[in-house]
Amino acid sequence: MRRHFITLVALAILIWPALAPAADEAQVLSQGAPALAESCAACHGPDGRAQAGIPPLAGNPEAVMRAQLLAFRNDEIPGATVMPRLARGFSEEELKALAAWFAGLDPEEESGSDSNGEQP
Amino acid sequence: MSRFNHDRRKALKLFGLTGAGALLATAGFPLMAGSVGPARVAIVGGGFGGATAARYLKRLAPELNVTLIEPLKRYYTCPFTNLYLGGLREFDSLGHGYDDLRRLGVNVVHARAESVDADHRSLKLDDGADLKWDRLVLSPGIDIRWGALEGYDRAAAEHAPHAWQAGEQTHLLKRQLEAMEDGGTFILVAPDNPYRCPPGPYERVSMVANYLSRHKPRSKVLLLDSKDAFSKQPLFLEGWRENYGDMVEWVGRSGDGRVVRVDAERREVETEFGEIHRADVLNVVPPQKAGAIANQAGVAGENGWVPIEPRTFQSRKVPGIYVIGDATEATPMPKSGFVANNQAKVTARAILADLAGLDPPEPRWTNTCYSVIAPEWGITVANMFEVYEGQLREVPGSGGISALEAPARIRRNEARFAESWYAGIALDTWGTRS
Repeated sequence: MRRHFITLVALAILIWPALAPAADEAQVLSQGAPALAESCAACHGPDGRAQAGIPPLAGNPEAVMRAQLLAFRNDEIPGATVMPRLARGFSEEELKALAAWFAGLDPEEESGSDSNGEQP
Repeated sequence: MSRFNHDRRKALKLFGLTGAGALLATAGFPLMAGSVGPARVAIVGGGFGGATAARYLKRLAPELNVTLIEPLKRYYTCPFTNLYLGGLREFDSLGHGYDDLRRLGVNVVHARAESVDADHRSLKLDDGADLKWDRLVLSPGIDIRWGALEGYDRAAAEHAPHAWQAGEQTHLLKRQLEAMEDGGTFILVAPDNPYRCPPGPYERVSMVANYLSRHKPRSKVLLLDSKDAFSKQPLFLEGWRENYGDMVEWVGRSGDGRVVRVDAERREVETEFGEIHRADVLNVVPPQKAGAIANQAGVAGENGWVPIEPRTFQSRKVPGIYVIGDATEATPMPKSGFVANNQAKVTARAILADLAGLDPPEPRWTNTCYSVIAPEWGITVANMFEVYEGQLREVPGSGGISALEAPARIRRNEARFAESWYAGIALDTWGTRS
């Protein structure tokens, strides 16, 4: 239930308050953090649980991620690679919502199998 | 609010009675008697687009009946085959199975989709099965337009591989490179837009140069191009110069780089103005089109690609069929694995909204394409896309390529992040660790 609670919290700051009462439906139709966060997964791993190299996002302190995302957006992080170019595609509010969303995810939860998914 | 309650009841029926339905019920919306059961979504193609669509549909609506149709038990990605050719990756590390999707409850069927009957919403498989669907997702990737480049047919590809779909063609090209003598010439023929993986031909010659510079340093790499401009161009030109000196030469269209005829057995190509180039290894990246099922299903346009509604990627020609990935005509989005993965997620939400009788969410898509020029030299292009006045466009102010003349540390980081991206997207698509 923790996730649904987080969904609701995230939605409170999002654009479609009319859908807020129904958690899953709201998540499906959300235009906010849950949907936007799916883009991050392609590099940072499902639900931001990257394995190595590119930093994981799940469970990081919200204030740290928020500050970092806003700094990317303002091109204030020397040596950054793709993040400034991507962060400029989001509004400040969206970046804050993303920081809150990833901070609320459990970094330990398992996603994915251990092998290359080969059939036994 | 009456439309809302009606929509909610519809959503309950379509998503099934547990999961979303149970939550809606506890939120104060009574369940209706006589549910029609969960909706059926069939997905054709188990690559970046199709496998991601299956995963995210199931994640968002666990009660949905999701079937993924893919002939291969183990799918090999086109991304990173260049790193295999360059000696940086084992081919086996590019293979992905479907056990994790099965674990999630996706019904994975290893068969070939043969024909779509849109009127009866059914799909015929080559194992004889006839699959009923409420919504169909096609993610068929590309097919080669055999013969569109004079002399380049299936038989020619046995002499001059395209290696633009991972598998036997990739191995053939690798064997040819290994058999080539030091001092030989590798020629890559690059097509006009659009085609799968815009930076692919340029990463390909980079990785070939990486292999040759280590094993056959007197060899030459020539790229004959039908275009005068290409993805990440200044970064590739800089990277080739810095890593390979004058080993790599690129000839654009205005320099007579456009190949109009191929003689694969002799490994010769002829350019627009009649110059003949002879290769020791000839790699032809030919003109392409959407995978065959798109044409069969009636969703492909005359140019061979699939026109889509920008907001949902529903076919413009056949309602109920959604098309994602390389097969689509989605300019300015590139035909990349990253984009296919992202389109799948947006389209999963659009399908669920559609099944519930609701408007689709306002979408946004991301792309990041890593190219590896040398083991410690990676570059990127990143973009964000949105719908503006009914058209796809780049989000103003976002996106761009890596900085020119960046310090070695940044190139090294982007090369490492490329590997890390591959691990991340494999986990996000197939749930596999590689």
